[in-house]
Amino acid sequence: MSTTEHEFDLESERLSVKKPEVRFDKQGDMSDDERVEQAMTHFSKDFGRTAATYLESCIHCGVCAEVCQYYVQTGDPKYTPIWKLEPFKQAYKRESSPFSWLFKTFNLKKKVTAEQLEEWQHLLYDSCTVCGRCSLICPMGIDIASLVSQARHGMFKAGLIPHELHAVAERAEVDGSPLGVTPQVFEDRLEWMEDEHEVDINIDEDEADVLVVMSSIEIQKYPDAMAATAKILNATGESWTFRTDGFEATNFGLLSGNLDWQRDISMRIIDAAVKVGAKTLVLPECGHAYMALRWMGGNMYGKPLPFKVLHITEYIADALNSGRLKVEKVDKSVTFHDPCQVSRRGGATRAPRDILDHLGVDFREMPKGGDYNWCCGGGGGVVTIHRADELRYKVFELKMEQVEETEAEELLSSCSNCRQNFDDCQRHFEWQYKMGSLLELVADNLVEEARD
Amino acid sequence: MELLEIAKTALLYSFFVMIAGSAWRLIGILLHKDKPDHSEPRQPGGLPAALKVIWTRSLGAPDFKKENFHLKTLGYTMHIGLFTAILLFKPHIENWAAFLGIGWPGLPDVVIYVVGIATVGILLIMLYRRLTHPVLKLISNFDDYMSWFVTALPLVTGLCIPLGFGLEEDTLIAIHLFSVALLMLWFPFGKLAHTYMIFLSRGTTGAILERRGART
Repeated sequence: MSTTEHEFDLESERLSVKKPEVRFDKQGDMSDDERVEQAMTHFSKDFGRTAATYLESCIHCGVCAEVCQYYVQTGDPKYTPIWKLEPFKQAYKRESSPFSWLFKTFNLKKKVTAEQLEEWQHLLYDSCTVCGRCSLICPMGIDIASLVSQARHGMFKAGLIPHELHAVAERAEVDGSPLGVTPQVFEDRLEWMEDEHEVDINIDEDEADVLVVMSSIEIQKYPDAMAATAKILNATGESWTFRTDGFEATNFGLLSGNLDWQRDISMRIIDAAVKVGAKTLVLPECGHAYMALRWMGGNMYGKPLPFKVLHITEYIADALNSGRLKVEKVDKSVTFHDPCQVSRRGGATRAPRDILDHLGVDFREMPKGGDYNWCCGGGGGVVTIHRADELRYKVFELKMEQVEETEAEELLSSCSNCRQNFDDCQRHFEWQYKMGSLLELVADNLVEEARD
Repeated sequence: MELLEIAKTALLYSFFVMIAGSAWRLIGILLHKDKPDHSEPRQPGGLPAALKVIWTRSLGAPDFKKENFHLKTLGYTMHIGLFTAILLFKPHIENWAAFLGIGWPGLPDVVIYVVGIATVGILLIMLYRRLTHPVLKLISNFDDYMSWFVTALPLVTGLCIPLGFGLEEDTLIAIHLFSVALLMLWFPFGKLAHTYMIFLSRGTTGAILERRGART
């Protein structure tokens, strides 16, 4: 339970918090010593060979800073990716490394303090989207992004995460959605879209080959995505359904660092998929949902998932490539923003390009695009953290430059969280580009009789 | 006992410390257990993926050529200089031959001296960067400066031998051997262990991320 004294404005376009200038936030009433102990215990709880290898390998070359959007845009060395892990590196060397007895006996590595962790909250949450660009340049091959996620486990248990992120994660755990989408709200909005778009939407079927889930960002802010998804699924002729007992794909347990909540949120979907006997789970346009279910879902389940997990772009690309789906040609120039967790970190970079190829657009890859793309700056939960807004806008300037260099007519992505961030930044900068959805472009250009 | 004999004994003991310390460090890391990954792989990971990334990270991503420039230029030049001196200096080769039972041709002494001086120069540039670059200044600790010192010292003491400084050659060789012993003593405790950690670390990332089909 968060003990924040700050008021949340849940009605604004983005969840906002009063007094965003607060330097760091705390949950619970633990003593400083307890916070440090909790942080270290839960950092090391999942501690394995991989993390130990990485923490032993850093040569302090600093090159990770050169590709981190926060360092590049501010020039502030504290944003060096590996520095964001400093207290955890320090704790590892002192407590768990092969030479910990030396470091501890001679106090060569100091004990981590609560003040340090409080200071590092800004570095681990406000200024890291876990985009993994730094992991690509490290000469030692250290996957820094995975260590940041692990450090967040410790920070959550220590009650040291940003209020807004804690609030949305708690809502997701307790209410089933970070944005307050109850099963009834979901059903109502599906029915609205059904009428609005005159499309058949399957809800709570007892059996289906495909279970489709949505992000509550789409449900609340981009509801057309639900209709678009239904149109595409209908066109493939597969048996599919939405389920009101497992519809929310976002996973703020993962983003906030609470493994128990991450598991609970993932299990709602996994249970629903098992219940309907799904052979395939189709994830929506959401980056971190792909990481949570495609690459971590089985680990939450404790064994391999009994169904395939596909991002919606993978599903569409497969349907187009196999001829189950056909689309009209679209005569415009397009550039595509790769969501980090789907492309760079998730390996599904090819799928959107296959779709754009079928659409016949004049596709313009961004300079250093694809897997080397600049993150939009809103991932990893950062878009929820109000005090990080100025920094988020600052790093978005990189993205604007990257997009503008293509001179494309339209900008598309396949992540509603990125889309939300683009929309917010677009308003902030009064930028000419408006982010669109690849899913919706496909739905708008379907050749309906493809199945026949 | 002659100073040279003491230096040789110190070298032998420090060699054992380097081997035992490195084994301790590696075993300490490998004894940690990873949880099984239950996700369905997109493509094979394992050893071939590990070997791929061990190789590709040596080259660096073409998209990051500019960002990698200093690291790759200074890093490769320094390492090539260092290994040229260690492996291609004729008196060193004689020692390797005595130790390994095989020898190989070396480079003329004058070439080695030029390479040695250049390598010390590169090391000084690297030290200057570490002391002045905001990122390097912030993230550096005792290990970085100690590792720099024990790497530079054998080069400097080795280059002093032909200069003499009015001392007997055996004395200068003994000082050189002591500096190498110091390097070996420090080797397992600090970042010089990247000599072997580089394979483990790159290989781990290769095995994990390649099975996802993610960019490595």
